[in-house]
Amino acid sequence: MKFTMDKIKQLKVRVEEIKTRKTENGDDLLMALHAAQEIFDNSIPIEAAEAISDALEVKMNRVYELSTFYSMYSTRPRGKHLIRVCESLPCHVVNGKEVIEALENTLDIEVGETTKDGLFTLETTSCLGLCGVGPVMMIDDKAYGNLTSDRVKEIINGYRGEKQ
Amino acid sequence: MRQVTTVLISMDSNSLLNGAEEYEELLKSLIDDHNMSDLIQVIETGTYGIYGKGIILQILPDNVYYVINSSNDLLKIFEEHLLKGREVIDLSVDLNKLKFSKAYKKKETRIVLRNIGLIDPSNIEEYIARDGYAALAKALEMKPNEVIQAVKDSGLRGRGGAGFPTGLKWEMTRKSNSEKKYVLCNADEGEPGTFKDRLILEGDPHSILEAMAIAGYVIGSDTGYIYIRGEYYESIKRVQKAIEDAEKFGLLGDNVLGSDFSFKISVRPGAGAYVVGDETALMESLEGKPGRPRMKPPYPTEYGLFGKPTLINNVETLANIPWIILNGAKSFKNYGTEKSPGTKVFSLVGNVMNRGVVELEMGTTLREILYGFGGGVAKGRSLKMIQTGGTAGTFVKPDKLDIPMSYESIKDGVSLGSGAVLVIDDTNCAVDLAKKVAKFYMHESCGKCTPCREGTRMIYKILDDISKGKGKIEQLDQIQKMSERIADTAFCPLGQSINLPLSSIYENFKDEFMAHIAAKECPVGVCEFEKPHIKKVKIKR
Repeated sequence: MKFTMDKIKQLKVRVEEIKTRKTENGDDLLMALHAAQEIFDNSIPIEAAEAISDALEVKMNRVYELSTFYSMYSTRPRGKHLIRVCESLPCHVVNGKEVIEALENTLDIEVGETTKDGLFTLETTSCLGLCGVGPVMMIDDKAYGNLTSDRVKEIINGYRGEKQ
Repeated sequence: MRQVTTVLISMDSNSLLNGAEEYEELLKSLIDDHNMSDLIQVIETGTYGIYGKGIILQILPDNVYYVINSSNDLLKIFEEHLLKGREVIDLSVDLNKLKFSKAYKKKETRIVLRNIGLIDPSNIEEYIARDGYAALAKALEMKPNEVIQAVKDSGLRGRGGAGFPTGLKWEMTRKSNSEKKYVLCNADEGEPGTFKDRLILEGDPHSILEAMAIAGYVIGSDTGYIYIRGEYYESIKRVQKAIEDAEKFGLLGDNVLGSDFSFKISVRPGAGAYVVGDETALMESLEGKPGRPRMKPPYPTEYGLFGKPTLINNVETLANIPWIILNGAKSFKNYGTEKSPGTKVFSLVGNVMNRGVVELEMGTTLREILYGFGGGVAKGRSLKMIQTGGTAGTFVKPDKLDIPMSYESIKDGVSLGSGAVLVIDDTNCAVDLAKKVAKFYMHESCGKCTPCREGTRMIYKILDDISKGKGKIEQLDQIQKMSERIADTAFCPLGQSINLPLSSIYENFKDEFMAHIAAKECPVGVCEFEKPHIKKVKIKR
């Protein structure tokens, strides 16, 4: 619980900073939600939503609506690393399908699920605008291109190694 | 004293994934090891527009381009060219020949991409050195109506896909009466296969800021927003830096260039919703609401962001503006077709030898793009179809390769859209692609109107069944009818566009759809069929 309280404090500081960049009411809300996701491992728990609702003086139902409407946000807990693999046609026609399968096999989960150790969540996404080097995926804010099944394994193992 | 040698290396988001950063580090460490850091400078620049051949770097003042594919290549260039001054013939390339095969005389026309690959985008002085912000200075000395006239005369149309005349939009927003107005740059690039806006923002962010400031002066606004896709971390960072630099130089902020005109720009990230590419949905999102489109009219030029008149333009549209102001509408009209003047930045993706972006005159044919710039279909496969204009665009067979691409080409069944050209080879199955398209629509539908929310779901279900060998003949008619209905009744351009890709792929590959239903087989072998369920029949005695 204390762990969460520290993070809430952290979020409040960030939201105060974001408020200084506001020019009109509401234009800071999405940035605050992005900040919450960074602090709370890729999801927006209810405590964080409440903190944002208080700080920006918006109703909770609006915060909830936004966190569920936009696909970058999640109210369900997600893994420490968020994998977003492109499933749009430009990646699909250059073996994107195999890359998604390789990710599912390597992580032993299906798209939309989180690994048991809480390290990864696998999601598909629409075009990431990196079509020059597809198939592509992003892990958190880092992108990887020219993927093959073998490259996928290598990359995932790299992240797993970091943990130990 | 020896002249300083400059090495320009492409450092856009696509090149980064090809390993550009690692090569840059290696090069820098080689330079340091030889104590040559005051003789050789390494500068990061935007894209050269071509991927798949390797990392491209340019050495100045020698004006030699190299393609590197390994650290050995780089080592060789360092030792031979940079140390001894000898060109490495087997690695050096002619950029124009690399981008265009000999048989096609087409050349790239760089208006939008005029600075990309030539300047360090993070250095405002390099932008200024190439006439950057000169158009803003010129515009500030003109009357707003003169600027509008220039934009109108140029015939520039919206490059986001809809093709609305830009000058007219500017005029309408100027005429709207309000104390407060906004200039909004739509950088929520989400059309699959399109990545031009990303490369413009990364390779030449100041051109957008300059154009927005000009627009602000013209319509009478002091506040601008750039709404950038949340996933474009790199673009957000670079634009943010560019704004800070421009403010330091007095090119943005209070009293721009010493005039009475003040203009501030803020960056806002998106959060992942394709529908926000629609102008009114984008405004909703910027106001901190779910990105659902608004009823039109009133149009944004009267009632836009926060209820105020708003001018919203796409990134590529804006990038044209400074060029038009400086060179005049007449020179702009020298390029392109009568109804679509200027150029278009095409993104060539999919099963093609050279993926990348290229800026060509409007009216360039698909054949010139695919074979001239793209080098043909990858891996020696044959061309099955091309999807133009993004996922919401048309699928065309190779017999349409010679149709000139412009806003008018939709009459011939080829949509220009965002300029995406997706090459699809013969290993792909039409039903599988149609299913992917339907899934995209189903996922991206915002849920506001029923035809789009429910219809896309039903179409996806049917196509999923067909791809598994569970389809029925009458369902093909059903899909057609439904997608027509959605197109007729949906609230916004998202739903209205669904008929374009679905009907074109079905018309072109009817036999493939039939094979999945009647023969229960996928001619290409992509779709996996469920084993037929054997009914257990109890025999009555």
